[in-house]
Amino acid sequence: MTLDTLSGWARHLRARDISSRELTAFYLERIERFDALLNSFVTTTPEAALAAADAADRRLARGEAAPLLGLPVAQKDIFCTEGVRTSCGSKMLDPFIAPYDATVIERMNAAGAVMLGKTNMDEFAMGSSNETSYYGPVRNPWDPERVPGGSSGGSAAAVAARLVPGATGTDTGGSIRQPAAFCGVTGIKPTYGRVSRYGMIAFASSLDQGGPLAASAEDCALMLNAMVGFDPRDSTSLDRPSEDFTAGLARDLKGLRIGLPKEFFGADLSASMRLAIDAALAVLAERGATLVEISLPHSHLSVPTYYVVAPAECSSNLARYDGVRFGHRCDDPQDLMDLYTRSRAEGFGAEVKRRIMIGTYVLSAGYYDAYYLKAQKVRRLIADDFRRAFEQVDVIASPTSPEVAFHLGDKSADPVQMYLSDIYTIAVNLAGLPGLSMPAGTIDDLPIGLQLIGNYFDESRLLNVAHQFQQDTDWHARMPAAFL
Amino acid sequence: MSLNRDEVQKIAHLAHLAMDDREAEGYAAALSDIFDFVAALNEADIEGVAPMAHPLDAEQRLRPDAVTEVDQRERFQAFAPAVEGGLYLVPRVIE
Repeated sequence: MTLDTLSGWARHLRARDISSRELTAFYLERIERFDALLNSFVTTTPEAALAAADAADRRLARGEAAPLLGLPVAQKDIFCTEGVRTSCGSKMLDPFIAPYDATVIERMNAAGAVMLGKTNMDEFAMGSSNETSYYGPVRNPWDPERVPGGSSGGSAAAVAARLVPGATGTDTGGSIRQPAAFCGVTGIKPTYGRVSRYGMIAFASSLDQGGPLAASAEDCALMLNAMVGFDPRDSTSLDRPSEDFTAGLARDLKGLRIGLPKEFFGADLSASMRLAIDAALAVLAERGATLVEISLPHSHLSVPTYYVVAPAECSSNLARYDGVRFGHRCDDPQDLMDLYTRSRAEGFGAEVKRRIMIGTYVLSAGYYDAYYLKAQKVRRLIADDFRRAFEQVDVIASPTSPEVAFHLGDKSADPVQMYLSDIYTIAVNLAGLPGLSMPAGTIDDLPIGLQLIGNYFDESRLLNVAHQFQQDTDWHARMPAAFL
Repeated sequence: MSLNRDEVQKIAHLAHLAMDDREAEGYAAALSDIFDFVAALNEADIEGVAPMAHPLDAEQRLRPDAVTEVDQRERFQAFAPAVEGGLYLVPRVIE
């Protein structure tokens, strides 16, 4: 069998040249063969997958149509899956078998998707390298000595090595886009509120947003169709008319105005990255887009703002893990306080504890105004920068990350250096805008990503631009030779 | 800003995280670096700027105050650390 994309497989399934069972078995076998090296899955569910594939085959035989009918996917282990361990990459939730499905899972299952398993991730989605997972780091398929990025590192690595044609991720500060860039796949974080957070384990509730990772923009559009939709069970879910994200892919780019933030193309950007990004932008210009310099004057404050707002929300959200009703509990607790403090100390890893403590501090009496309130005000300045920029341009482009995938262990001793890995992606979450990363070239044979940022609810446009780019380039179609 | 071991212990206590002195020492260095980094926020002119809690400034939606959950106690207690007779067990709190 030759590897294909989600959209390609969907055509084969509809034409009945292949069954979902054959396709599912094919990818399960690839996981079996290659994942010992990558560690991209924490749980595989082969029996349930084959049963779901058989059900999909019966629906296909009846001539039924559903957006993902019979297509194998992987789910980030942050989404609750009924009857299947949902660990969020943490020892705290290692014993947790979710009693219900997240809305994203429910919607994808209803659309006919076949889940192969749950992907590895940074613990509670806190990390940019997938090294904070309780289940060990994921390795980058392009170079196993390098990180896949994070926090959706398992999903990105699995798609890059074609162990699965599509996977879900979540993005709080770049956790879909940065690993997509490091692994050479396409990923999109929708507008905040588009994809339900119900059953998606919370990290920073005002920033968290689910989205797809796949080989191409077309595949992401297909998955997004199943993922997006109003959900009364998520109080921040937005009630919008339904939209077919594949409908606008073919539009041409004539007259499209692309803004290049001068702050992202300054002296800090390496010459090799600049060269690769310029070449990618030239492809878009060739297709009729105009490149316009813009300014996001407060963008240098986005990472500091994020490291107040996100830990604050994290410390509140993670207060629920107390060792009483679910999750890890310490042995022989002496009293209730001992039960709480030791269960939490044993259940959480170092990065999660750091963030809980930052959040606890910035929300504590006497410091709230100096940190949290101030950060929320700067957050508005950052969002207003984008508002002004979108009066001049249709989309904004930048590198997804300042560099290619770094080596395992390179940044784990220095949290601030690790945080700066998300310098181009974080502002997008603070503003709540949609952002996409697509493979746009290589540096020393390692993939780089071009980030496209859209105005609120402009996911279709981002997917359209990426799809047009992918008509003229083959970066997205390349895969690491070791996994052929 | 420099946090010392005792200050870290105080934060860990507020966060209900057990921590020995050696560990607190390590966190003191990392947290101090992070707070130095975050201090960049002080240069922003935020005079008259309203704090932003939600990206689209949306309000929390309200729902009718109706019972929608069914009793699933047995299901939820199946993965609890310690239960007895339908109750969650914790160390004795009243002597």
